[in-house]
Amino acid sequence: MLSIRSVSKSFPGPRARTLLRDISLALEPGEFVAVVGESGIGKSTLLNLIAGLESPDSGAIELCGEKLGALGDDEATLLRRRHIGFVFQAFHLLPYLSVEKNVALPLVLNGVASAAIGPRVREMLGAVNLGDRATSLPAELSGGEMQRVAIARALVHRPSLVLADEPTGNLDPEAAAQVLALLRERIKADRAAGILVTHSRSAARTADRILVLSERGLSPAPAA
Amino acid sequence: MLSSAGVRASLALAPLAANKGRVAVSVFAIALGVALGYAVQLINQSAAAEFAQALRVLAGDADVVVHGPRAGIPEALYPRIAALPEVAVASPVIEVQARLPGQREALKLLGVDVFRAARLQPDIARAEGGEPLDFLREDRLFLSRAAAAWLGLTAGDELALAAGEGRLALRVAGILSASALRERVAVMDIAAVQSALRTGPVVTRIELRLREGADPAALSAALERVLPPGVFAEDPGQSVERNARLTRAYRVNLAVLALVALFTGALFVFSTQMLSVARRRVEIALLRALGVARGGILRQLLAEAALIGALGAAGGMALGHLAAAAFLQRYGADLGAGTFAGLPVTPHVDPVAVLVFALLGVAAAVGGAYAAARTAVRAQPARALRAGDEHEALRSLEAAWPGAACLAAGALLAFVPAIDGLPIAGYLSITLLLIGTLALMPRLARVAFALAPQRRAASWRLALEQLRFAPGRTGMSLAAIVASVSLMASMAIMVASFRHSLQDWLDTMLPAQLYVRGGEGAFLADEALRSQWTVPGVARIEFLRSEQILLDVAHPPVTLLARDLDAARIDRSLALVGESRLPAPGAPPPAWVSEAMVDLYGMRAGDVVALALRGRVAAFTVAGVWRDYARQHGAVVIERREYARLTGEERAGNASIWLEPGADPDAVAAQVRSRMPAHAEVELVRTERIRELTLGIFDRTFAVTYALEAVAVLIGLFSLSASFAGLALARRCEFGMLRHVGMTRRQIGAMLALEGFAVSALGLAAGLGLGGVLAVVLVHVVNRQSFHWSMEIHTPWPTLAAFALVMLPLASFAAWAGARRAAGYDAVRAVKESW
Ligand SMILES: Nc1ncnc2c1ncn2[C@@H]1O[C@H](COP(=O)(O)OP(=O)(O)OP(=O)(O)O)[C@@H](O)[C@H]1O
Ligand SMILES: [Mg+2]
Repeated sequence: MLSIRSVSKSFPGPRARTLLRDISLALEPGEFVAVVGESGIGKSTLLNLIAGLESPDSGAIELCGEKLGALGDDEATLLRRRHIGFVFQAFHLLPYLSVEKNVALPLVLNGVASAAIGPRVREMLGAVNLGDRATSLPAELSGGEMQRVAIARALVHRPSLVLADEPTGNLDPEAAAQVLALLRERIKADRAAGILVTHSRSAARTADRILVLSERGLSPAPAA
Repeated sequence: MLSSAGVRASLALAPLAANKGRVAVSVFAIALGVALGYAVQLINQSAAAEFAQALRVLAGDADVVVHGPRAGIPEALYPRIAALPEVAVASPVIEVQARLPGQREALKLLGVDVFRAARLQPDIARAEGGEPLDFLREDRLFLSRAAAAWLGLTAGDELALAAGEGRLALRVAGILSASALRERVAVMDIAAVQSALRTGPVVTRIELRLREGADPAALSAALERVLPPGVFAEDPGQSVERNARLTRAYRVNLAVLALVALFTGALFVFSTQMLSVARRRVEIALLRALGVARGGILRQLLAEAALIGALGAAGGMALGHLAAAAFLQRYGADLGAGTFAGLPVTPHVDPVAVLVFALLGVAAAVGGAYAAARTAVRAQPARALRAGDEHEALRSLEAAWPGAACLAAGALLAFVPAIDGLPIAGYLSITLLLIGTLALMPRLARVAFALAPQRRAASWRLALEQLRFAPGRTGMSLAAIVASVSLMASMAIMVASFRHSLQDWLDTMLPAQLYVRGGEGAFLADEALRSQWTVPGVARIEFLRSEQILLDVAHPPVTLLARDLDAARIDRSLALVGESRLPAPGAPPPAWVSEAMVDLYGMRAGDVVALALRGRVAAFTVAGVWRDYARQHGAVVIERREYARLTGEERAGNASIWLEPGADPDAVAAQVRSRMPAHAEVELVRTERIRELTLGIFDRTFAVTYALEAVAVLIGLFSLSASFAGLALARRCEFGMLRHVGMTRRQIGAMLALEGFAVSALGLAAGLGLGGVLAVVLVHVVNRQSFHWSMEIHTPWPTLAAFALVMLPLASFAAWAGARRAAGYDAVRAVKESW
């Protein structure tokens, strides 16, 4: 489903350094992993590489049978649109769209027939316990609620892979736990693969396995 | 080193530095608006000052001036006035427009009694070259500096003047000092002018200086007894005032146009400021959350805006000064209107005006910032820190009642009559209609975008949702473009209506095929002349005598036209407004008055009015009202027969010649010409030529306004582009997220283009609609009250359609181009800089 082979990445600049060195990773559908590591080590960069938003210096990334390196910007965008769902630390809901329209966005982008959109969005909102907030605007929601909307948006089009970068970074522990449980539940329910980037040990423990990103590469966390 | 002051300074300056582009655009917008307003003000003021100065110099130190019709007042009055006990000095002056052979423009020739004139205005006797005695020689004349430069003559040169049917050879005795007379003028002895140009025993005016301690009231009482009807005594200041009125309506109209341009610029600044503050709501909320007091934030935002305003105002003033200087250099003091030729003008800088325009620039910037900042600092910091709250700042714009109230007041003001001869209420009406429409734009946007059809494409949906969500923002970005488009459209409709009506008017007023134009009283219009000019091909000849009469010292002179005409079929020779009803038998003879006579003197059909003809009062019955585009200060048409009977004057200066069908106008003109004395200073013109000339002058007059409109539209486009750029910058992170969830760059581009297109279409539609309404006010209120003529509305559909077709893509492009850069911003970075 996702395979990363010997990927390296560095950013040019005055203080250029190699961030990611010889990273390899394989994920199967239904698998949910957490990536932890110190700040600035390159976790977000890794997700961006997987999403095709940045390209590696060397190595290859294959998503759903497509080699990312061979794709142009538009093709990578289409791949992302179809196969990836994003959850951001800062939620990133469109302020001018109601909750249900925010959730419907990936379906609209993927050209799903209008008749199919409504039921699917309702289903997702029900699944994240926001069935009664469909017509609210994001500004009227709490942080935890916004992130649940974001999870619904990330999964509504049944992506193969969900990338969540610090999804609980802006939430209190209670809301965070709720969001993480939901994220895991939805990923498992849809048999998607999921990568959760986090600083929090407890958050990481909701995943199937935990990987540590360090200067030496990606390695399984020592059992606590 | 990190100091408290350093952090404070960064807080104040960093936003400016971080938005260099936007700050530059704001400064530029203010500069443009201020430059326009200031330039036109400078032009107007310089022209008016020069004009008044010239007139004052002419009148010297006179306390009272006696004058009458342009044809002159009897010279016999002079000794009687000079003998009045209150009078210390009386100086007679004759003023004629002397034709120069081979020159189109005439030279103003002043005949003076130099010793008396010098007691009122000593400079007049001071000339370079020549000697005082030359003032008495009848073959010598003195030129003003401007006239000498114009003609390329110096002392000792020869100058020929056309005099009646002959030619007069004169020698330039000297050049008058520049302080004496600034305009193009020649001065010679009064008796020499009278005899050489055969004016008869008349003078144009008599200038009086009162004896020390004399009672002005006693003098006016004495003069009242001496002066015949149609001759008035007045304070020279009054005549300056009256003459300034000649160009006042034109100047005021131009000034208002410039103010509209300034207003558009102010709107531009206002909206960029408003958007920029709206975008900084989160930052403001953060500062508030950190404990900075409301007042402090407000002060900082306003100080920023004031700095931008001051920079823009300074630049605008410099730009405006240059533009005004160039304009005055090119067109002179009469602004191209042709009333006061050859007066050299430099911009007169008025410190008050400088201050006012500087303040206007700063006020526009500060006002825009204040409107937004007030709501921003009042907002709950906690809420404002939340995503997507910046539209809250513009929510207050969505109330409908202020706009509706402005529109209603604007509509009512259109019915208020002129104030002091100026359409003040009309302009206020236009202003309120404009502001009302702008205030209603958010409402309009809400309705329009709610009606827009839904499409499947994601870019379309998102564009529409975004527009529906923030109508206040749309209204703000549209303000300047709506204002400028409505200005453009209303002017286009007004000018088209004017031109169309003028063409119709020319058709009615110039029914003959050939016109003979001489000076006043150029030929004896009798049956002998008629049969002499009736060459083969001529069907009919009508004579016309035109003269200026003064009905009221408060108004410029009125033109009296004594014509051969068929009173029963008057509609064939005059552009009548309404019916013509001939007076009942026994009532005074008919007179047809122009619309200005109705507006200025309150004349109505059926009224019996008194006119002073050559010193004799005669009664006429107003038989009808006609439209006159040639004389905005009023004209009266009477039968020439009647005029000759009352005054004994049979001479005329103009004739119209009707041709037999099929006759060749040029051949006939040549024939008629051959029957005139060889040197006769008369012109034979074909009707088409007059039409051509008239329309040519018309088009030139409006060229200036086109330039102003173009600048206003340009500002509108800039404003649209800038506000879209600002919006897009604020939505950078949204675009980043959309890229993450799989929108292509092209889709985002399409979304922005659609937004630009929809907003532009709405702005254009609103601007054009409003323009139509403003045109009605311009035509029926502003023009009528300024120039006292009516016209029919004529909408130039093809021009407006072409304008819309050019503007729609242009405005869409401006909007899209403004937003494009922000949309291309790196998606990863955009998302990292979370909102
Ligand atoms: N476009 C870029 N150009 C140059 N350097 C970059 C760029 N993007 C990221 N970096 C650098 O790469 C490093 C890793 O960034 P990244 O955002 O991946 O870290 P992270 O592990 O997600 O950290 P955190 O846990 O704090 O979010 C940082 O030092 C950052 O400065
Ligand atoms: Mg990160």
